[in-house]
Amino acid sequence: MKSIIIDDEKMARSIIGQLISKNENLSLVTEFSNAIEAIKFLNHNEIDLIFLDIHMPKFTGFDLIQTLKNPPKVILITSDKNFALDAFEYECIVDYLVKPIIPERFNKAVQKALKTPSLNNSSKKEEQNDNERELYVNIDRRLIKINFESIKLIEAKGDYIFIKTEGKNYTVHSTMKKIEEKLPDDLFLKIHRSYIINTKKIIDIEDNSVLIDNDVIPVSRSNRPELIKRLNLL
Amino acid sequence: MKEKHNLSYLKELSDGDEVFEKKLIDILKAELPEEIEEYQHNIHSNSLSLVAENVHKLKHKISILGLEKSYEIASDYEKNLKLDCLDLQVEFEGILKNMVEILKKV
Repeated sequence: MKSIIIDDEKMARSIIGQLISKNENLSLVTEFSNAIEAIKFLNHNEIDLIFLDIHMPKFTGFDLIQTLKNPPKVILITSDKNFALDAFEYECIVDYLVKPIIPERFNKAVQKALKTPSLNNSSKKEEQNDNERELYVNIDRRLIKINFESIKLIEAKGDYIFIKTEGKNYTVHSTMKKIEEKLPDDLFLKIHRSYIINTKKIIDIEDNSVLIDNDVIPVSRSNRPELIKRLNLL
Repeated sequence: MKEKHNLSYLKELSDGDEVFEKKLIDILKAELPEEIEEYQHNIHSNSLSLVAENVHKLKHKISILGLEKSYEIASDYEKNLKLDCLDLQVEFEGILKNMVEILKKV
């Protein structure tokens, strides 16, 4: 697990650094003497585990956790057991260690961290899954959410694209190329230079056209083989 | 009576690595005067909540030196400070002097 230490006391950082170096499951990426610098780092770097001192001036360990959108796993470091009670309010905190840190207790906390599923990854996956299901389009300075599954077809119209969905239709200032990049491949297919269709919405196919809802969409010769490949033909 | 120090924690941590043990002692020697200075500054300006933070931090060093009774006194002093009370100030400052003397010898 890639780890960092955040503690304003050099003595504590050195001790934790030594314990990390002796634990084969951990690697120390870097250390910070204050929470602000650590937040800047965490906003641009992926870390599995933070050894975090609660009691730091100006910005406490708990302040830091609250600031992070997707905090990694945290092992709290404290000189006061009473502070550790607050730890149960945070899902990312897997354990707490009381100073002075005993090596055996340190390794137990690391084992606990190893066994705990990463919240960070699961929330990122959820976020990714959401992105896989929907698209936001800018219409009259409003960002409107469109679920991919509701889209029937997309038609190029000059500098605009026309998105036809089950509920509404939208005219958006964009290009076919740009929207093609955003659409999931398993659901959408470009069948003509001016048309992308949701293959799940096809009613029937004739030689050079596809029927979606009441719309007859032309299929270009070059795109036809890919369309046929997608069909579960009997 | 001054409490005697015990470096067994540092030895356990160093696991026979004398270089690392010396490094930790050097950090103690460097950090302790800075923390004492900050403590004294806050005492003079009567900022008791900040003094409590200083004592909280110093407790770690007290425990590293194996000064168990001194640690208890420091913990009680920290509690007093949080209640705007300076009881145990003299005893705590005696502990600080003792720590400085210990670090001169190790």
